[in-house]
Amino acid sequence: MSATSFQPIAARPAPTDSRSLPAWLRRNLFGDWKTAGSTIVLGALLLWFVPQFLNWSLLQAVWAPDLKACRAAEGVGACWGVVAEKFRLIIFGRYPFGEQWRPLVATALMLAMLVASCTRPLWKPWLAVLWVVVLAVFFVLMYGNTLGLTKVETDRWGGLPLTILLATLSILMAFPIALAVALGRRSDLPAIRVFCTLYVELIRGVPLISVLFMASFMFPLFMPQGLTIDVLIRVLVGMTLFAAAYLAEVIRGGLQAIPKGQIEAAATLGLSYWQIQRKIVLPQALAMVVPSIVNSFISIFKDTSLVSIVSLYDLTGALDMAINADANWKPFKLQGYLFIALIYFIFCFSMSRYSQWVEKQVNKSKGR
Amino acid sequence: MATRSPPSKSPWSWRSRAFRGLVYQLVAFAVIALVIWFLASNTLHNMRVRGIQSGFDFLSQSAGFSIGESLFAFDSAESYWRAFLVGIVNTLRVAVAGIFLATVLGTLVGVGRFSRNALVRGLCAAYVECFRNVPVLLHLLMWYLVLTEMLPSIQDAWKFGPFFLSKGGVNFPVPIWQAGQAWAAGGVVAGVVLAWLYRRWALKRFEATGIAASMFWAPVAIVIAAGLLGWLAGGAPTLVDSPVKGEFAVENGGALTPEFLALLIGLTTYTASFIAEVVRSGIASVPAGQSEAAAALGLDRGLDIRLVMMPQALRVVIPPMTNQYLNLTKNSSLAVAIGYPDVVSIANTAMNQTGRAVECIAIVMAVYLTLSLLTSAFMNWYNARVAIKER
Repeated sequence: MSATSFQPIAARPAPTDSRSLPAWLRRNLFGDWKTAGSTIVLGALLLWFVPQFLNWSLLQAVWAPDLKACRAAEGVGACWGVVAEKFRLIIFGRYPFGEQWRPLVATALMLAMLVASCTRPLWKPWLAVLWVVVLAVFFVLMYGNTLGLTKVETDRWGGLPLTILLATLSILMAFPIALAVALGRRSDLPAIRVFCTLYVELIRGVPLISVLFMASFMFPLFMPQGLTIDVLIRVLVGMTLFAAAYLAEVIRGGLQAIPKGQIEAAATLGLSYWQIQRKIVLPQALAMVVPSIVNSFISIFKDTSLVSIVSLYDLTGALDMAINADANWKPFKLQGYLFIALIYFIFCFSMSRYSQWVEKQVNKSKGR
Repeated sequence: MATRSPPSKSPWSWRSRAFRGLVYQLVAFAVIALVIWFLASNTLHNMRVRGIQSGFDFLSQSAGFSIGESLFAFDSAESYWRAFLVGIVNTLRVAVAGIFLATVLGTLVGVGRFSRNALVRGLCAAYVECFRNVPVLLHLLMWYLVLTEMLPSIQDAWKFGPFFLSKGGVNFPVPIWQAGQAWAAGGVVAGVVLAWLYRRWALKRFEATGIAASMFWAPVAIVIAAGLLGWLAGGAPTLVDSPVKGEFAVENGGALTPEFLALLIGLTTYTASFIAEVVRSGIASVPAGQSEAAAALGLDRGLDIRLVMMPQALRVVIPPMTNQYLNLTKNSSLAVAIGYPDVVSIANTAMNQTGRAVECIAIVMAVYLTLSLLTSAFMNWYNARVAIKER
């Protein structure tokens, strides 16, 4: 047996570079002829459209509240001057001009509280207490009549503070109702189950606008003679009942995801129904549905725009009021709409990003 | 040794679960009945004091307002219930068209997010984020503003072939109904029956012999050919009612009002962004191995999507899709903000004229509840059809 000397085979070629930018572009934009074709067509469309849009919205736009310049630029550039001119009316509605620092501070406080509630280390019982304090401060600031603040009736509240107030308060008040209804729908007691199911299905079957009409036209008939309730509160009650039905379904989804074995195990240990719900089921179920709760908040936030139909001046209503009243600026209403669309977008987009982030955290903790 | 029997339990002890359950239910029932009685008695009292009449008898009175658009003739002398009927038909018209268009657009965008082309992926993602993060009411108001303010006036309407586009909406030609059209329609019906028979035959042959036949293009060709044959047999009528630019308006032909268009475009583009997400999550729920296995069997990308991915994704997609259809139908009630005469705005007008708020809102709620239940029932039936057949 003769020893053969070691013959190395030729080295394999280095793998083609697939991570650098040019390689990524080649694969994702010109991978095959179909991809390349759609890239060329779409690219051409974008090259034609984007510069025109940038030109209209930024380069040729009029930023100063200058009516003459706006009229001259019509059709060529956007007139953001309309926002500059009506800024205070759009953001704060009909709130007295000199007192507008109050809604500003109140809204900033509310937003800070919302952000704090999104931070996990702060999910402690005292957060609920803090919410009550913040809401009280919000109302004192907005309504006044104490501490040397002048009184501002609720029909003058408007704009972004009203939008944020409606969304936050209706979801906060809807939460306990939704919790009870969700538990009720899974209860062993048939009467309670039927009531809860009826409530949820009735509310989910009708549009919000009919609930709001009911709140503003029929609610006064429901109340005893002589008792008038502020329209803001009536609308809030309507939105709360509406949000509660949707939130109840979200929470029920979480309850259903808890394996039955856990409940049976807890019952074997001698825990009562309420102990089981409080110590075993709800902590897991609620943590699971936090992303869906945030999504419900997003849709309630968008739905607050409907209150402008029952003549409250939220962000949408305030814009209509601000611009329809002034014939000079009326031709530039589209820019106003785009401005508030941007505000809604910033809020909803950041909340949806947050909900996606939480979802990832929840999945991570489950080891998926 | 005497056996000890367990202590006898009376079922009516506070400690028994059944008794407590009964008490809880009775209390809940009593509370709810009390609340309803309180509200009802207040309402009746208030109505008596304010002299508001109640009852649905107003439905047979003359409405006294005219309606901008309706599928059938309506004039202001006709009764309220006819007005409500016009409103319901208008709601259905926009909801059905919107559901169809939103499904097409949403599916395209949703599938586009899995494109191999990064540009297509990015554009589809941008579309979804831009449209679903802005309230639908704002969408509608913006489209209405664009359609009624930015377009040319009716006098100098844009003309694309036989189509006109202006502040007055879209005008388009419609074929004039003649005997020949009936032949064409009959041909299409016959074609559908033939295509169905062909598909059954082709499927049977495929299962027996493994020879695949065209399952999509051939039936489509059969329907078109049968329709054309019927049209030719009816004498090939070509008379068309084309819109003509008159002095003050575009006359003749069919027309879509700007209110309808704004509502349709707004609802479609908004709901499509949600449907795209539903479709995306449906496709993402199918394991990537399925797609790889399909590729290993030699199916190309189109067949892979149609035969392997879609049937599996559909099971995940249908329940949330039902919710989106219901949302679109319910959001069509925002027509009241731009003056499209749907059932809510008719009810609003009737409410202001007759003062019967309770009855009008009850009608609106009943209409939407019925629509919701019908849609859910249909989608549940469809869902049961595509669900995995388990033993």
